[in-house]
Amino acid sequence: MSSIRFNICIGGALVAVMSVAALLSVVWTPYDHTVLNVANKFAGPSGSYWLGTDQLGRDQFTLLMIGARTSISMAILAVGLGAIAGTCLGVAAAAIGGLVEDAIMRLADFTIAFPAILVAIMLAAAYGPSLSTTIIAIASISLPTFTRVSRAAARQVWTQEYTVAARAGGRSLSAITWNHVLPNIQAVLLVQATIDIATAILAEAALSYLGLGVQPPDQSWGRMLADAQTLIYLAPSLAILPGLCMVASVMGFALLGDGLRDLNDPKLRNETR
Amino acid sequence: MKLKNLLWATTLVIVPGLAAADTVLRIGLQQEPTSLDPTSDATASIDGMLTHNVFESLTTADESGAIHPRLAKSWTISEDGTTYIFELEQGVLFHDGTSFDAEDVVFSFNRAMAEESVNPSKSIFKPIDSVNAIASHKVEIKLSAPNAFFLFNISRGDASIVGVESVEENKTNPVGTGPFTFASWTRGDRLVLAKNAQHRDADNIQLDGVEFRFIADAAAATAALMAEEIDIFPGFPAPELMDQFEADPRFSTSVGSTQGEVVLALNNSKEPFSNLEVRKAITHSINRGDIIDGAMYGRAVPISSFYPPHGESHVDLSHVMPFDLAKATALFEDTGLAGSELSLRVPPFPYATRSGEIIQAQLAQAGVTVNLETVEWGFWIDEVFKQKNYDMTIIAHTSPNDLGNFARGPDYYYGYDSAEFNEIFAALSTETNVAMRHDLTVEAQTFLAENAPAVFLFQLPRLSVFRSGVEGFWQSASVLYQPLAGVTMKDASQ
Repeated sequence: MSSIRFNICIGGALVAVMSVAALLSVVWTPYDHTVLNVANKFAGPSGSYWLGTDQLGRDQFTLLMIGARTSISMAILAVGLGAIAGTCLGVAAAAIGGLVEDAIMRLADFTIAFPAILVAIMLAAAYGPSLSTTIIAIASISLPTFTRVSRAAARQVWTQEYTVAARAGGRSLSAITWNHVLPNIQAVLLVQATIDIATAILAEAALSYLGLGVQPPDQSWGRMLADAQTLIYLAPSLAILPGLCMVASVMGFALLGDGLRDLNDPKLRNETR
Repeated sequence: MKLKNLLWATTLVIVPGLAAADTVLRIGLQQEPTSLDPTSDATASIDGMLTHNVFESLTTADESGAIHPRLAKSWTISEDGTTYIFELEQGVLFHDGTSFDAEDVVFSFNRAMAEESVNPSKSIFKPIDSVNAIASHKVEIKLSAPNAFFLFNISRGDASIVGVESVEENKTNPVGTGPFTFASWTRGDRLVLAKNAQHRDADNIQLDGVEFRFIADAAAATAALMAEEIDIFPGFPAPELMDQFEADPRFSTSVGSTQGEVVLALNNSKEPFSNLEVRKAITHSINRGDIIDGAMYGRAVPISSFYPPHGESHVDLSHVMPFDLAKATALFEDTGLAGSELSLRVPPFPYATRSGEIIQAQLAQAGVTVNLETVEWGFWIDEVFKQKNYDMTIIAHTSPNDLGNFARGPDYYYGYDSAEFNEIFAALSTETNVAMRHDLTVEAQTFLAENAPAVFLFQLPRLSVFRSGVEGFWQSASVLYQPLAGVTMKDASQ
């Protein structure tokens, strides 16, 4: 029990800090991140610039807040998109079965085998790098995972007596899916989403690092890291701080997801009770 | 026993090290071309690698821009300055074994001058009336009028002498008469040249071979230099790291000048850039000092027109359209452009992407939103340069004497067409009197500064980092090419 609680507490705290920073940045940041002050580049931490300034004289703390907003909002949007589409396919596969199920699952296998970076490069080449391109690329990572998870969980529900009874009572497949299957698998999906958000944050950082993600003047930790690359000897904090933010948020979501999964697992729960 | 083993191990490590100590110069390059034919593609790195190394022209220039004979041993110019007779080198062979004679020169020039020619600098052939072989190794070139740049222009890669037999394959397998032969090209990685032992001046070629490594990314270029995987990086893309290399005894650095004017090019063929007031507004929004400081770490000289500050006819025009935010904001209001969106498509070179980010912020201050998009080089050449599918872009024009770019008419990617400027440039290119030419050059610079067909940002510096022991590499670049036959290399470890 203690390790589950520990995971949830630490994970929850990290996620909370990042989320607060992200939400706050919508209404307030110490400085405007689109305004440059080149004369004041590489300033050290001070009362007016808590974490110093970057190579174009922008406040580093402001950029990190904007980075948190980009990372978390993109991750939630992308995973949300992937979760909705993936779950629809997964529960449909479980409900219909037969050839349709086989087709959907093979399609999921195919998508899983396709690296997200490759999808993003293809999309960026075709439509130009942008926010929506990145979101779709990241959504394509979590979509097949949700298809698999929701189908496995839904199949279990379909073998339960209450669904058999509902079938016998003449309820339609979609009605049973809506009323019985989805409510019973939602916990599993929530856990999966939390874990996937950690992956999505990393994917977004990777894409932005490669220049395929958000474009200036929008900021993201991946872009900050790419910009700081040649400055590592000159101003190491410009690379270290966004790196630490990434570690913290990825770890936060991963721990939270882990903890929630263990909490949901009746076996683990009963053992520790 | 243990000591013996250790000795063995050391020997094993040292021996392959010695075997690899040959004189192959490894050069880092940012820009990988998509073709290897300097007579059909504008990419500067083709000239940088191949011109006067694999290909040769009739004449050549040195680091200062002075003209020397190359495939032409000597020449005479008629009294009126319109007829040139070139005496060609005898016994020269193309790398495919075919011989070089006057017919190859006639063929190369006629090909570049032809109606359907895709030569990237077709304008330098415009003054030529006719090219004739008057003996097996003697060529007569007649100009329509005296031309001050003629001998300089025909030293360029655009005027490379190509073989009738091999011209079709030059895009992937370049065949010339130069001191190095093309060995291989691994796309995305490297291009290899080998010493041409058959060359007429083979005894003076110091290198056994040359390897060009394509490294676009500044951090990767740094890593490759630090690991001594490359010997020299001319045009090093990360000015912020020059101090670090300066302090390292394994390396030397140099900051030279180039002929590269970095401009914020505007698509004059469409609204709103066809409006002078809009171009003024954009120019007044630009703070060159901040761009040079932020993007080049102070290692560049600002320009206000399309002429290098180290050139002899340069005139300071910084007062014509200086940075003036209030004026820029007012002009954007007047032209109804305030609050609108413009697109800025930049090629993937650090000087361009970094300047782009700063220009985006500066235009935002003046009230215009800029959508910044970094595109691949191939895409840039095709969409921006050839198709003119852009609003604004940032690029360095590295050709020498290229004031005439703005006289190229509406088909060139600026889409700029000014009868007045065309006239000035026509007068300039036919004027041979030095004093008159100076005046016309000043007039052309002034016209461009006042009409702002593009925003002139700064002169691209040539930052080079090289391993101690590499000598003979040019610090400054007055031309696009870099002859490598005279470069020497001492292995620092020996």
